[in-house]
Amino acid sequence: MGKTYTRPNSMKDVLTHYCPGCGHGMVHRIICEVIDELDVRETTIAVAPVGCAVLAYDYWNFDTTEAAHGRTPAVATGIKRIHPDKLVFTYQGDGDLAAIGTAETIHAGNRGENISIIFVNNGVYGMTGGQMAPTTILGQITATSPYSRRSEKEGFPLKIMEMMAVLPGVTYLERTMLTSPKEVIKTKKAIKRSFKRQLDKKGFSMVEILSPCPTYWGLSPLESIKRIENEVVATYPVGVIKEDK
Amino acid sequence: MGKKKYKLKIDRERCKGCLFCAEACPLKALSISDDVNGRGLKYVVLSSPEKCTKCGLCVVMCPDCAIEIVEEE
Amino acid sequence: MRRSKIKYLSTGNEACGEGALRAGCRFYAGYPITPQNELTAYMSRRMEEENGTFIQAESELAAINMVFGASVAGARAMTSSSSPGISLKQEGISYIAGAELPAVIVNIMRGGPGLGNIAASQSDYFQATKGGGHGDYRSIVLAPATVQEMFDFTYDAFSLADKYRNPVMILADGMLGQMMEPLAFDDNIKPSGIIPKPWALTGAEGRKPLSAKSLRLGSGKNSLERHNERLQEKYKNIERSEIKTELYKTDDAAKIIVAYGSPGRIGRSCVDTMRDDGDAIGLVRLKTLWPFPYAEIRKLAERGCEFLVVEMSAGQMVEDVRLAVQDDNKVSFYGRMGGGIPEEEVIIKKLKNRG
Repeated sequence: MGKTYTRPNSMKDVLTHYCPGCGHGMVHRIICEVIDELDVRETTIAVAPVGCAVLAYDYWNFDTTEAAHGRTPAVATGIKRIHPDKLVFTYQGDGDLAAIGTAETIHAGNRGENISIIFVNNGVYGMTGGQMAPTTILGQITATSPYSRRSEKEGFPLKIMEMMAVLPGVTYLERTMLTSPKEVIKTKKAIKRSFKRQLDKKGFSMVEILSPCPTYWGLSPLESIKRIENEVVATYPVGVIKEDK
Repeated sequence: MGKKKYKLKIDRERCKGCLFCAEACPLKALSISDDVNGRGLKYVVLSSPEKCTKCGLCVVMCPDCAIEIVEEE
Repeated sequence: MRRSKIKYLSTGNEACGEGALRAGCRFYAGYPITPQNELTAYMSRRMEEENGTFIQAESELAAINMVFGASVAGARAMTSSSSPGISLKQEGISYIAGAELPAVIVNIMRGGPGLGNIAASQSDYFQATKGGGHGDYRSIVLAPATVQEMFDFTYDAFSLADKYRNPVMILADGMLGQMMEPLAFDDNIKPSGIIPKPWALTGAEGRKPLSAKSLRLGSGKNSLERHNERLQEKYKNIERSEIKTELYKTDDAAKIIVAYGSPGRIGRSCVDTMRDDGDAIGLVRLKTLWPFPYAEIRKLAERGCEFLVVEMSAGQMVEDVRLAVQDDNKVSFYGRMGGGIPEEEVIIKKLKNRG
């Protein structure tokens, strides 16, 4: 930590709409810190998802577009092919990336598109009222799994990162979380690594971030962090899942 | 050249009272306010400024850029 | 200067691809579906020759959204498909219209509904001209009737798309896509209608950051309602200036065939045949389906003409002709569905009986 610390220049000076204790705010700030440190604010083009972070372009101080739900990696593919020298990243939630956008995620990775995906996994669809997501863990009660998620009825939480690891086009995958300063700093390192790899043309990379959603977990912000450490991590272990040279 | 002095600056309007910072503070220098800000949310205050070493762990955890560390005028 | 006119035998699909390339299209995303496969294959070969980008996407959904990306980044971008695939692209087209992005979408129509068949059809007229996606939006819809027009209209589509920042659809039936006819153009032809794109996302270097999107949650001047009012203004402007119609022997015609695409060609030969018999028959052959030539048809109606609308569908464009003529006794319809092709003898019989 430098001696002084102020809001990153790549972050607009506005209040966000996110709920108290929501992880999106942290991830937004971390991304902006990385972009400032890499000095790429003026050459970054981001693609916001449909979900709680759909308003990301109101908070970021760099070019941003917003894709149809799930099509974020396809939009990013189009942008990156036209501007191969720009830093292009998508910012997606679990529904956007691992439900409706599963095919786009897998095929962007399989084509080895030289883009970065920042994947915020909070286990529910937040924008629409806390419905079950592909990443909802077994036993978790949501607006659409009132009897809790049961594997025989609602299937299993999807491990999209582990699925992506088998694709040769995918060169770096890491899952982190936001539960303590140490873990947040690890998250920042992972995002920086993903962006640097892209700038070094090392191909497709994705960082999944386990993030608290106090509102739809029905917990306080601090209880939500505990839940990630005690329950979510068991299904979604953190760490580097893949890293080619 | 005098040793630079720094201080914590909390923007009570940005803060949503999630208390991630208070939890992260190794010296428990932060705590929740009694009143609410413009958005009707309780916010965090530096209740024990003398304990604060400006380590910045609170800043790392803040989802709303509500805490800054600046040079003291 | 060396005579630079080149001429060769081409399928409609390939002519469409070449028209796009000559218009400066350097991004194409497609997906296999009959009867437009020749276009996708052509672009997979030619795009690289022009060091553009060709992607065979994982689905038509992904393809239209790749076009959204390339277009928002400032490039001339295109996708093509056939009826079922175009249904999959509707959400993307609505986003492109809402975000006011230029894009060219080619639909080589096949029999429907459902998987239907791979025969030629025109049963996507409503989807194309009345907005197959959600929201009050319009796509400019061009209807080629020859292989040459598959080239020319696709070439024009890119300048129209850029001029109005709007999706432009090429609507042709499967026959036009797969048949071969001579194609001629000047080998030195350059892209036209190239205009600056200050709105494109290129990285906020030396300017404020931009956000290109179709989400509008603001109020007042940033409201979705204001945005829609601006879109409607744009559409009125297009209706005022971009209607294109071919009037064939309509000056003294008492009865007029109204058609587009392949039925337009059939209608033309019916006019010639019946003119030989001394019948005053004419043809209105639409080149733009939207904007639709209501005024032009109404003028002919006011002169007392009767109309026979011929389509390869259950009758979709006929509704717009009725809107123009406002007199059901004056408008009759003959169509074939499920890939059937209207027959000249039937058209002639219908026109003769109503005498």
